[in-house]
Amino acid sequence: MSRSAAMLIMGVFTLYFLTPIWWLLVSSSKTGGEITSTAPLWFTADSTSTFLANLGSLFTYGDGVFGRWLANSALYAGLGALLGTLIAAMCGYALAKYEFRGREAIFNIVLSGVLVPATALALPLFLIFSEVKLTNTLWAVFLPSLVSPFGVYLARIYAAASVPTELLEAARLDGSSEIRTFFTVSTRLMAPALVTIFLFQFVAIWNNFFLPLIMLRDQVLFPVTLGLYAWNSQISQIPELRVLVIVGALVSILPLIGTFLALQRFWSSGLGAGSVK
Amino acid sequence: MLKVTRPSTAPVPALGAPKNRKAKTTGAQRRAVFLFVAPFGVLFLAFYAVPIIFAVVQSLLTVERKGTFGPPKQVFGGFVQYQQVFQNSEFWESVGRVLLFGVVQVPIMLGLALLFALLLDSPLLKGKKFFRLAFFAPYAVPGVIAAIMWGFLYSPSLSPFDAITSEVNFLSAELVLWAVANIVTWVYVGYNMLIIYSSLLAIPTEIYEAARLDGASNFQIAWQIKVPLVVPAIILTGVFSIIGTLQLLAKPQTLRSFSSAISSTFTPNLAVYTTASVPNYNLAAAFSVVLALATFVLSFVFLKATQRKVSQ
Repeated sequence: MSRSAAMLIMGVFTLYFLTPIWWLLVSSSKTGGEITSTAPLWFTADSTSTFLANLGSLFTYGDGVFGRWLANSALYAGLGALLGTLIAAMCGYALAKYEFRGREAIFNIVLSGVLVPATALALPLFLIFSEVKLTNTLWAVFLPSLVSPFGVYLARIYAAASVPTELLEAARLDGSSEIRTFFTVSTRLMAPALVTIFLFQFVAIWNNFFLPLIMLRDQVLFPVTLGLYAWNSQISQIPELRVLVIVGALVSILPLIGTFLALQRFWSSGLGAGSVK
Repeated sequence: MLKVTRPSTAPVPALGAPKNRKAKTTGAQRRAVFLFVAPFGVLFLAFYAVPIIFAVVQSLLTVERKGTFGPPKQVFGGFVQYQQVFQNSEFWESVGRVLLFGVVQVPIMLGLALLFALLLDSPLLKGKKFFRLAFFAPYAVPGVIAAIMWGFLYSPSLSPFDAITSEVNFLSAELVLWAVANIVTWVYVGYNMLIIYSSLLAIPTEIYEAARLDGASNFQIAWQIKVPLVVPAIILTGVFSIIGTLQLLAKPQTLRSFSSAISSTFTPNLAVYTTASVPNYNLAAAFSVVLALATFVLSFVFLKATQRKVSQ
């Protein structure tokens, strides 16, 4: 294949991948009428002021519920992924670096957990949570998000490959406790895997739809995806929501793109861990 | 190299390490292992194991009423629900629909991901970093948002591509499945590309030099050396794609506000959701169990089939 053919393929697909996002950005700077009446892929003369006005109404509509949704998503995904990564990393690390009875059994059970569809879990979880009166609370979405079998899997193979047993032996001889060794030595060596687990869990929770959909009734508890979904399904009755859905969609993807860009250096080296062995 | 699900992670036994040293530290290590494993173990039990058991139990119960208006009571019904599952034509239509979806969409998506990964890894491209980010960006768009965006792009009245959408109605009953397939492809190609690409980066370059000395062309190197070496990564992405296909929910559910062609039982998960909101939890639980088993079986068969092919 020639260089120009390769560049052509990549160029065409760049358009495919970026045009929808570009359209979203452009449309966010238009009024409801302009979205259909002006050039769809280019800005209007007063784009900036319209964009700011849209942003203003996004955050004031319905007593500023959109801000709540963003904060909820940040809590579910940010704190959830942070704690979830720590919990998965500890388990994966123990499975990789210690020999104990039941180790393989635990690993196999966790692995089969990777294959269980999350949506198959959501319904029984709803029934269990309604028994203990936890549906329609933050906990109903937050607690199940902490479990990441894939995170354990990734942590295990990465710890096995990147934390030398000799180093752990040396730390032991120096009198460092197992827990302290994990937090001061091993987590540093596992950093790329930890960032990868964090990011993918963050995205998984941020994108999660079914669990909040069936758990939450009260819209102040919604994550941003469920909130926008609710708005979008009301567009036929309340047409002015169309602009808010579009500008809200743009605002809701910026934190993810920002997080990926900021952490890119770290996760790209950990990404291959799941497949190359 | 070929084992994807269980990479050989057994620690290499330290040659000549005195055995008694290990025995001395066992007590502290055992406590540490417990502290490391317990948090995940408890959460896994509570939010994976218990719900699965609960779903199985629920699927075997059935609601009985004394008279027409008597209080409902759950009694053991055996396989009554499963009988209903197998007689439910809407559910099986939805299963057939996602299987057709998967057979077409997954190979296209993974084929593209492989092509892009190979191009990124080849000396042909300039601006690799840009392409990597541009192709991966859609992965940061949540499924619901992606469906909303594409819903607008598909809509004849709103689409910037009205030259196309006035001719072809992507939201019609015939095409809407492929409209969903396009959204899934758009979101996940870059993600799969990166997984394959990072395993290409892990291949030692001496292999290529040796091949080049033997007179291999770039294409031969890609097809005969690189592709076989990234098969484990492709299998991994394949398994995730199969799981994802059977789980389709957010995108079709969101597209329903753009297209009347998506029924409330369009995908198996939508059927589960619809059944649960009737509410018939017992039948919904039986659907979930059947679906989870199907996911397991398909992923397993895929793993076995691809691994056999590889080892030949």
